[in-house]
Amino acid sequence: MTKRYWQKDIETISRRSLEDLQVKRLRSVFSRLYRTVPNFQSKCRESGVKPSDIESLKDIVKIPFTTSEDLRGGYPDGLLAVSRDKAVRLHTSSGTTGKPKALFFTKKDINQSADLIARCLTMTGTGSGDVLQNMMTYGLFTGAMVMHYGAEKVGALVIPAGPGSTERQVALMKDFGTTAVHILPSYALYIATFMARHGMDPRKDLSLKRAYMGAEPYSEKTRQKIESIYGIDVYNCYGLTEMNGPGVAFDCMERSGLHLWEDQFILEIIDPATGQQLPDGEQGELVLTTLCREAMPIMRYRTRDITRVKPGKCPCGRTHRRISRILGRTDDMFIIRGVNIFPQQIENVLMGIRGVAQNYQIVLESLDDITIRVEIASDMFDGNIERLLAIKKEIIEKVRSSVLVRPDVELLEPGTLPVADGKAKRVIDERTL
Amino acid sequence: MEKVQQLSIFAENRPGRLEKITRVLGENGINILATAIVSTNGFGVIKFMVDKCDLALAKLREAGFTVSLSEVLAIEMKDKPGGLHDVVQILSEKGVNIENASVYVAESRKRAYLLVEVKDIEKAKQQLKNSGLTFLGAKQQAPA
Ligand SMILES: [Zn+2]
Repeated sequence: MTKRYWQKDIETISRRSLEDLQVKRLRSVFSRLYRTVPNFQSKCRESGVKPSDIESLKDIVKIPFTTSEDLRGGYPDGLLAVSRDKAVRLHTSSGTTGKPKALFFTKKDINQSADLIARCLTMTGTGSGDVLQNMMTYGLFTGAMVMHYGAEKVGALVIPAGPGSTERQVALMKDFGTTAVHILPSYALYIATFMARHGMDPRKDLSLKRAYMGAEPYSEKTRQKIESIYGIDVYNCYGLTEMNGPGVAFDCMERSGLHLWEDQFILEIIDPATGQQLPDGEQGELVLTTLCREAMPIMRYRTRDITRVKPGKCPCGRTHRRISRILGRTDDMFIIRGVNIFPQQIENVLMGIRGVAQNYQIVLESLDDITIRVEIASDMFDGNIERLLAIKKEIIEKVRSSVLVRPDVELLEPGTLPVADGKAKRVIDERTL
Repeated sequence: MEKVQQLSIFAENRPGRLEKITRVLGENGINILATAIVSTNGFGVIKFMVDKCDLALAKLREAGFTVSLSEVLAIEMKDKPGGLHDVVQILSEKGVNIENASVYVAESRKRAYLLVEVKDIEKAKQQLKNSGLTFLGAKQQAPA
């Protein structure tokens, strides 16, 4: 019988014991960081917090946030909490601007991050007998290495393929009967197109059962598309280099939210504008504190990722709370009538409406008004103006119920808006404040 | 009854759109037989009956327009007072609902047609089988 849990005791721990463990670990890691990292200590002094002030989980709000600028400022090793000879691996997180962020791992850190991946793989059915083809980039980036170690831990045969060389990827999958892949969604779509072009059917020619995807944002619709092309289950995987890489939070087989391993991380959702904590269910910025990391513990890290905690118990038996798939980045957030809105919320609505194309733009003209410009899908156009008006009305209603602000909608001819390249400018702010 | 077809073009209400459409048609030697514009706040649908439907469809698509081709009823109207009323009355008696309509004058003061868009064209044709109305055929739409 397949194993259901990797570390059953901790994965199904009672909420009360989990919280006790968190307080104990928080106190210990905070005081160690305070003692060993002068930069951190001076920041705490400015905020007027010292180790003896942390008595319960609620006291975490006294600790100052860590931002990515703080990590860059600590480059190369200013935030290291152990002597450098205890570190056995270095990863960096690439920045598009300025200095990178350097992350050190001790032996224990590597083992712990592999255990988190092992939990994730076990809960999604991957173990001994599986063949995992790892198509993420091996190198300074954490994505591939951390998965690799975790997959070996559960006894899977790991093929460290890395990305690219599509012909070889397909040959490896066929020749070695690959059952699971760790892959970027865009690459999964590319391989499917490649196989079709060469007269192959992923459903028949491969033995694939599941795919692990994270690292780049993708929609629920894309997930379903990949699942149907390959005939597999796609599991969402969340992580960031600053927090060990993949395996921070992961879909279980229920796939109704990603369990975030709370014995290793304290999870907070805050209002990105005010820094105040938000209750479960409300969406905001994810803030993470490492509880077990030796080399580089990080307190209250502002991930800039927008998500929410899914309230309620998961039928899989794990007690660690679930977060929703990442809804967006705080950098893209805007405020209309006092409501925080993320372009992804609007995108999700548009994706669910027949007759509109993928391309859209959000124009902010005042503090109260928002205009959504969206291209119609040319293949739906049948000359009927009533149909267009119905689409417009549907967009207005659905956006209003999703973000609580009634937008103005402009339907555009296809090809009018700049082509989306994933980072296309979706929000045009014309407000002069 | 042969098929008479009409082009519908989606257009944002911005200057120069209509001009660009007529230029594409003109440059390709396509004759406009009838036209109608249905417009709302923000966008509109421009309808054309032309002599070379397939060519017009291809050329407009090539120029980046969102176009569709659909069948319409082209019903001959008598050139006399109440000519339009007679046709509309028959449509109403037979239960055919007009979604949109325009007029095509084939030969000045000799023959005019009411172009009628309906939801279900096959059903409408059935309903009008023995109505006594005269219809324009596809051969007459095509260039002579
Ligand atoms: Zn679960």
